[in-house]
This record gives sequence, structure tokens and C-alpha cells, in this order.
Amino acid sequence: MKMNKRGKGRYSAWGLVRKGLRGQAWPRVWEQHELESSYDVVIIGGGGHGLACAYYLATVHGITNVAVLEKGYLGGGGSGRNTAIVRSNYLTPEGVRFYERSMELYRSMAGDLNMNVMFSQRGHLTLAHSDASMRTMHWRAEVNKLMGVDSSVIDAAEVRRLVPMLDIERDKPHPIEGALYHPPGGIMRHDAVVWGYARGAGAAGVHLHQQTEVTDIVVTGGEGPDGKGPGGKVTGVRTNRGDISAPIVVNCTAGWASLVSGLAGLRLPITTTPLQAAVTEPTKVFLPAVIVSGSLHCYISQTDRGELVFGAAVDPVHTYDLRGSLEFTEGLAGHILELMPGVSKMRLMRQWAGLCDMTADYSPVMGFTPIEGHLVDVGWGTYGFKATPSAGEAMAEAVATGRTPDLIAAFDLARFSEDRLVGEKGAASVGH
Amino acid sequence: MLLVPCPNCGPRDAGDFRHSGESISRPDPSSATPAQWREYLFLRNNAADWRVETWYCRACRTWFSTERHTMTNRFRTPPVDVLEQRGES
Ligand SMILES: Cc1cc2nc3c(=O)[nH]c(=O)nc-3n(C[C@H](O)[C@H](O)[C@H](O)COP(=O)(O)OP(=O)(O)OC[C@H]3O[C@@H](n4cnc5c(N)ncnc54)[C@H](O)[C@@H]3O)c2cc1C
Ligand SMILES: [Zn+2]
Repeated sequence: MKMNKRGKGRYSAWGLVRKGLRGQAWPRVWEQHELESSYDVVIIGGGGHGLACAYYLATVHGITNVAVLEKGYLGGGGSGRNTAIVRSNYLTPEGVRFYERSMELYRSMAGDLNMNVMFSQRGHLTLAHSDASMRTMHWRAEVNKLMGVDSSVIDAAEVRRLVPMLDIERDKPHPIEGALYHPPGGIMRHDAVVWGYARGAGAAGVHLHQQTEVTDIVVTGGEGPDGKGPGGKVTGVRTNRGDISAPIVVNCTAGWASLVSGLAGLRLPITTTPLQAAVTEPTKVFLPAVIVSGSLHCYISQTDRGELVFGAAVDPVHTYDLRGSLEFTEGLAGHILELMPGVSKMRLMRQWAGLCDMTADYSPVMGFTPIEGHLVDVGWGTYGFKATPSAGEAMAEAVATGRTPDLIAAFDLARFSEDRLVGEKGAASVGH
Repeated sequence: MLLVPCPNCGPRDAGDFRHSGESISRPDPSSATPAQWREYLFLRNNAADWRVETWYCRACRTWFSTERHTMTNRFRTPPVDVLEQRGES
């Protein structure tokens, strides 16, 4: 990939020093284009998934007449709101294999995209507070090992050794019995992943259109009203900036997925629910790993700047409203203090929410649909950030070859009508 | 997070309820095809609009339906006891 087109050299430490000393401004990272009236592929949604799909289409398959349409700004959806946890210790072999491919791509991403994505494989602990959850941890560990993923069950003393801040007293409602320990798991800088894919896709010729909302998907020959729906064929989209004809339209809109595929007359097995997160003031770095507790509905990590990042399970109501709630903060604080009483004096700085596209089995919906030319990469719920590279890679392959790659075959839309659910609730409902 | 109107208890915090999502009618078991059952189980409109939905009040153990806008979380119709309406209570 050529990055030095129009003087936008590669990023490097030397470049930073030179620009700093000369007081030079940084050039725009991706260009703005006119909206063309036709593209080979239209991708709806400028989050990590849409951008990664565009990037791999252009760089791996040489398909560059591609537009990514984003109604707001790139990375303004879940991609810029998540807590950036990356891991592959899932419960089903299909899930483990898929997320492990993402780990591989993440490991070489900083070099591949020439972007400091700050991938920190600091280790990931899922705490167990009962015999029942210890059993689930053993189950996950065995599936993980079989799939070649570094994952094992450790006891409370070992948990204490790894993370001294945790309270392992037994005399309390949720004592720590042990944990599933996944050393390669960690966190990264989510915005940089979005920008890295955007910059790479832009440099390879993809058009990135922000403030461009898809208001209709044009379908002909379908069984529903206006010729939409199953059996039909996509011919293009309408946007607030004009109409585009395109034989392939990919839905990468996460929380808005039902609304977007609804424009084509397709109903999805998805409900939209907000997920909230919060961050404290920064302190000296003391937390060496990512900590998740399913029973206490919370998780914690510490950024390199020293802030504690907290999250929980999704809100209890389906809604597109992103207002935060005091119930969330109170519940979260209580549970965090049960795990780490030592942080009781820390102050919360911010709290926010993002939309999650939940499926019944906590697995995504990917690939072809009963509408020709309409592909989906949705159902990412609370766990889609870590999937960004492998989802983009697999969706690009599906678009380019017209066939479903093996890696995502289990996640097809048809599984809901053929009793083939891929149950990941045990590994994904709190630990995202 | 939001105040939900229970037909018996009046407005209460959402935490006192179970939210069971958009109201959908169950297909007739004697004639439903597998496809209809699966649609009933999994497919949802998930609209960003007014919608009729079902709630369960844990305080008075009542299932009721009401209309809420999923962009603003405003409720607009008075809640209706679902079982009473069907003559099942
Ligand atoms: C608080 C929180 C914490 C999370 N933590 C984690 C985590 O630790 N690890 C993890 O793996 N995952 C996590 N997730 C989930 C993860 O953030 C998402 O699954 C992921 O970001 C989805 O990426 P995406 O690119 O598919 O969608 P998004 O980034 O949401 O992008 C979709 C885009 O589509 C655009 N769009 C919508 N409708 C239209 C339209 N009609 N026309 C044009 N554009 C449109 C939106 O504006 C949006 O930018 C978390 C989510 C939240 C909310
Ligand atoms: Zn009540």
C-alpha cells in the first residue's frame, strides 16, 4: 500500500520529532470526494467494521470502486464508544476460531496499518464466584485449549498473585473462587483502529463519505411491498446527498442494523439496547490485567494514562436513546467496590452509552441474505470491537468471491430458521 | 433510568419491571409452520418509533402493554393489563 501519495508520508517517531521542531501542520488523513452516482460496492456505516471491509476489499482483492457511507462521523458509533477489550477465549469452537483470527490480525496491525494502535496484551481474567461458574470456566478453558488458545483456570491465590488489588476475602456474598486466565487478552486504542483502517482504505482509493445518511435501499423483484424483501435484488441506495446505484450494499451499522436492513425489506433477529461505560480520574498505574466478573455484572481495566475504565451488562430496556442513568452508576460502583475496596476514593469523570445490536445467541449475523446483493455484518452486540479485523477480512472475501468464507459460515442469517444457534452467552454477556 | 407506568402501581422505576420487548402475537399452535414459529421467536421490527410493548411489574405481578417511543423513551397510552384484556385473569 502506498502511503506517500500526495505527500502524506508514513508515520514514524522521526516524523513526529521533525514536524514538532518545524511546527508543521499535519495533513488531512483521508481525502474528501464528490459522491459518485455509482459504485461497485456501497458499505453503509463508517465504524471499524465498514472501514475494515473497505480496506480489505481494496488492498487484498483490488476492488477499489467502493464507498463507505456514514451518517455522522467516522467512528462515532460503537467503534468510538467501546471499552476496547480484545480476547479470543469464547465458548464455542466457531467463536474461538473467529475471534482468534482477529487476535492474529491485531498483533500485526500497528505495522500493517502504520498506526500506533497501542495493543496491550496484558492478560484477561474472568472471575468465578461460585462452583457453577468455575465449571463454566473449565468448560471454556478446555474448548480454548483444544483450539490452541492460551487459556486456563487458576485458583484464588493465583488471582491474588496476579492482581494484588483484588479482595479475595472469603467472608462475603461473592467470594472469588478462581478465574479463567487468558494471558493474550488485553486492550487497545479503539479510535486508532478506526483511523488506521480509514486512512488505509482512503489511500487505496476508497471514497469515505461522512454526513451521508442512507435513507432508502432500492430493491426490485422482492416478495414484499414495493418489490423489496426476500427474493429481490439490490440496485442501489438513496442518501441525503443523492442517489447511488450499486449492485452490492453491505450493512455495517451495528445498533442501527434493523433500521437499515429494514429499508431493504429485511427483518433481522436483532434488538437494540444501550450499553453504558464510565471512566475515573487518572492515577498511577496499578491494575496489571483486565478483570471481568459475570456474577457482579462489571469489568475493569486501566488505560496507559491511568484512568480506570468500567463497564457492565447492557441496560434492561430496548431503546435507541443514549442517555446514561444513575442506576447504572450506583450498581456499578457497588460491585466494583466489592471487588476492589481500595478504589473507594476515586472519582468518576465521565459516563457514556453506545447502541448494541443484540442477538438471541450472542453471536453475530454475517454474510449473504435472501436479498441478492444485500450483505450484513451485524449483531455485534457488546463484543464487536475485537472482531473488527476478522469481520472486515471475511466480509471483503464474501463480497469479492460471492462465497461465504468458512470462518463465518456458522454465523449466517439462516441459522435462526435452521436451529443452528451459536450460543456464546456464557462467554459474552458481561465480559465484552 | 426511566419511569414506567404500571396499571396498578403507577409510575415506577424501570428496575422494578421486566421488559419483554415489542408485543408480538403468538402464532396458532395448531396451524403454525416452523418458519412462523422461528419468526415469532427471533425476528423483530426493532423500530425507532412508537411501538406497543409488553412489561411485567415485579411489585404487583402484572403483565401489561403500553406504547413507548424508542428514540425518546416517552410513554403515551395508558397501560393495559394484558391478561385482564384477554379475559384470562
Ligand atoms: C460501552 C460499550 C462498550 C463496549 N465494549 C466492547 C469491548 O470491550 N470489546 C468489544 O469487542 N466490543 C465492545 N463493544 C461493542 C463494540 O463497540 C461494537 O460491537 C462495535 O464497535 C461495532 O462496530 P461497527 O463498526 O459494526 O459499528 P459502529 O461503530 O456502531 O458503526 C456503525 C455506524 O453506522 C452509522 N449508520 C447508522 N445508520 C446509518 C445510515 N442509515 N446511513 C449511514 N450510516 C449509518 C452510524 O452512524 C455508525 O457510525 C462495546 C460497546 C459499547 C457501547
Ligand atoms: Zn405494578
